[in-house]
Amino acid sequence: MSVIEVKNLSVSFDTQDGAVEAVRDVSFRIDRGECLGIVGESGAGKSQTFLAAMGLLANNGRASGSIRFAGRELLDLTPREANQVRGAELAMIFQDPLTALTPHLTVAQQMGEVLSTHRRLKGADAERICLDWLERVHIAEAKRRLREYPHELSGGMRQRVMIAMAMLCSPRLLIADEPTTALDTTVQAEILDLMAKLQAEEDTAIALITHDMGVVARMCDRVEVMRLGSHVESGSVEDIFHAPQHGYTKMLLDSMPRLDQPKPPIAPEVLATGEILRVRDMKVNFPIKLDGGLFGRAAILPAVDGVSFDLALGETLGIVGESGCGKSTLARAVLRLLPETFGSVTWLGKDLTTLEGKALTKERRDLQIVFQDPLASLNPRMTIAASIAEPLRTFQPALTSRERKIKVAEMMERVGLDQRMINRYPHELSGGQNQRVGIARAMINRPKLVICDEAVSALDVSIQSQIIELLKELQADMGLSMLFISHDLSVVRDISHRIMVLYLGQVVELAGRDSLYSAPEHPYTRMLISAAPIPDPRVERTRNRIRVPGELSSPLDPDAALRFLPSRRGQPGYRPELQEVRPGHWVAEHDPLETILAARGNPGMPRSAVD
Amino acid sequence: MPGSIRKSGTEMVHRTAQSERIIEALAEGEAIRGRSLWEDAKRRFIRNNAAVGALICLGLVVIFTIVGPFFSTWSIEEIDWVRMGDIAGDGQPSIDSGHYFGLDGLGRDLYARTIQATRTSLIVGVIGALVAVVIGTLYGAVAGFVGGWVDNVMMRAVDVLISIPYMFIIILLMVMFERSFFMLFVGIGIVSWLDMSRIVRGQTLSLKNREFVEAATTAGVGRFTIILRHIVPNLLGIVVVYATLLVPLMILVESFISFLGLGVQEPNTSLGALISEGAGTVLYGTPWQIACPIFFFLVTIISLFFVGDGLRDALDPKDR
Repeated sequence: MSVIEVKNLSVSFDTQDGAVEAVRDVSFRIDRGECLGIVGESGAGKSQTFLAAMGLLANNGRASGSIRFAGRELLDLTPREANQVRGAELAMIFQDPLTALTPHLTVAQQMGEVLSTHRRLKGADAERICLDWLERVHIAEAKRRLREYPHELSGGMRQRVMIAMAMLCSPRLLIADEPTTALDTTVQAEILDLMAKLQAEEDTAIALITHDMGVVARMCDRVEVMRLGSHVESGSVEDIFHAPQHGYTKMLLDSMPRLDQPKPPIAPEVLATGEILRVRDMKVNFPIKLDGGLFGRAAILPAVDGVSFDLALGETLGIVGESGCGKSTLARAVLRLLPETFGSVTWLGKDLTTLEGKALTKERRDLQIVFQDPLASLNPRMTIAASIAEPLRTFQPALTSRERKIKVAEMMERVGLDQRMINRYPHELSGGQNQRVGIARAMINRPKLVICDEAVSALDVSIQSQIIELLKELQADMGLSMLFISHDLSVVRDISHRIMVLYLGQVVELAGRDSLYSAPEHPYTRMLISAAPIPDPRVERTRNRIRVPGELSSPLDPDAALRFLPSRRGQPGYRPELQEVRPGHWVAEHDPLETILAARGNPGMPRSAVD
Repeated sequence: MPGSIRKSGTEMVHRTAQSERIIEALAEGEAIRGRSLWEDAKRRFIRNNAAVGALICLGLVVIFTIVGPFFSTWSIEEIDWVRMGDIAGDGQPSIDSGHYFGLDGLGRDLYARTIQATRTSLIVGVIGALVAVVIGTLYGAVAGFVGGWVDNVMMRAVDVLISIPYMFIIILLMVMFERSFFMLFVGIGIVSWLDMSRIVRGQTLSLKNREFVEAATTAGVGRFTIILRHIVPNLLGIVVVYATLLVPLMILVESFISFLGLGVQEPNTSLGALISEGAGTVLYGTPWQIACPIFFFLVTIISLFFVGDGLRDALDPKDR
């Protein structure tokens, strides 16, 4: 029996440039207790399909066709009728849990709103149900959390609250719109587990909207592939992954980097063995304000805490870690973009940390960066040609404007941008094109080191693999070294020669690529690798996951740094040492996994560590 | 595009071939000429009918203040002794008598006086707003961008200046130095940029951590150039809107100062002074005394609003 049946749904938006069709003639159904994955890249119309079902289309949007849900036609409902369905039988979780929760309402108030609207429950009864649900979504100390505001919760906890809220009235269909995209890999794994468990317990149907084939492989029974608003292919998860019919589906699957591939694509060989960058004991502290006292208390947040590494000419070092591990801060500290840092950065024999003014600017020519958000990293009021030409203007001021134009045109062609686009502004281009502009700007002076700070994370998978190819080509062309920062282990594996894993500002493992992936030593690395979903349902569903419960702890917590070394808990300030277990494979001191897991269950543990 | 490492020789050949092709394309004029933000802004502004209309109105007002005096048969201070006895009757606007806009309360020619007043008010308004835009924007942008103690010192100085009622400052200036047009500008200039610098500083704070500023730093761009090239253009929208609001505000400030007897001195006048005089005599059957200055005041201010709106849209590349 199907819960929802969508037939010939079309959604169009009236804009100043005429009607834009976001969804074209899409049909599918979801059965009871089933999980349907809606897959596609940005602009595929996945979200609009379900916003139409929820009656949440923007004012200029119109939906035609039919969406039948529990015997009712959703598109014909009046707002009052729709309100009875929404939140009760049809619930939704959004991508960004911080913006989806109202900032000035406590968790109890947000959840209570649902209960009072749909079940006329108030006061103690309502609170009991909320508490019960918070516990079911595994929120520790649920009672205390009920009184807290969204900003006091971590990202993973917020998403759990969203799920609890969506499940309050035991909906028949749960729409999850990219529910884990904004979360870290390990947190993503836990949220997905939770959703799968609830689905089984409550017999709820789930519509999982995502761009990540790994998540689909893990969660879904059937898959619906969409592209540019149209249906592409649908079928069972087995069929889609192992016998895809449509070229687009094949392309999506192929461009997904896989962690379990026996032979990952080979990165270009390291050209020379000369060391060009040497970072020693890098420390970056941010002053933060805590509550307490009349004006608040000042505290110091160690974002990067004693990181050392070397980089050879033509080598790529991947830097991996979850949010808050200090990887972006490290990149900025190396480039001297931060005011206060400690430690030394030696660049071609010169100590960068002591350079100032003109001398530093001179070195910047060889030190470039590509940012995560392609749009934010380009000045919205400059044409892309002007942005690309900017480094030329400072570092090669002798060029005439004609020579500069030629160089810009050459570079644009090199990164795959049409020369006719020189007068375009960043908002007129797609994310992938903007990232090409960012790369062109970084490469135009043929630098020796380029730092890619999550350079592909904001892009669609197919674009992601194109950009990585481009970076590899440019590296081979120019013989440059790269620091490639990402939270995505499989992407880093594609491009790096060596990989460094960061945890709360410290290095936990540093090894050659193959050594790291085939034999990870540190529990944190193993946890990260096992949490990353693999786009293959057979493999994905039989994998064993290493779970160290709890989310990434705060760097302010003195015990957090010793999360993987519980035997030293009594010695605050103890720093795990890096040890060379194999040639070139360095691992931070840690306890065996069993000890760590056993320590977690210890009731005498400090609260923050248990989570 | 070569997919892998090439021998350097072929690479060179490939490169030169590519460069030649690009140079050819440039030479043939096939390549598109680069445009600047300003050229684009001009194009977009011209396409905005309301703004262009308003600009034409404003232009007509300015031309009127320049050409108008040649048609005037009276000066601003001459009193028409013949007609001053019955201003409501004989002093009405008329072409025959040469008083195109009628007479004011003292029997002086309102046409000549309105022209002079419009000119004064325009100059005061535009100079006040200009000072605010230039000094306020740069001051605020520097304070916000540099940050730290520099920001603290600069903004606390602004706080102190704002906390002193500006009338005191202007009265002091006028009393200490001779009352003159120049002093009026100095006085208005001193007060006008304070609010602007605060607004701009706030905006700069949110802009300076954006990634494109970091990108510019790694591109070796100097700090002051970053402010001029990356921060200020992104502030223009808010600056332009605030500046167009400032012009009428400055005109009003000037009228108030004049009303106190500290600003423009008789026989010179300004729109604010004329309007307040006209408002005082409106009950005596002389509506033209308020109608004429108010007409020019409104045309100027409304045109400025539309021009400001047009400028804001024109300077935002997202608005096509």
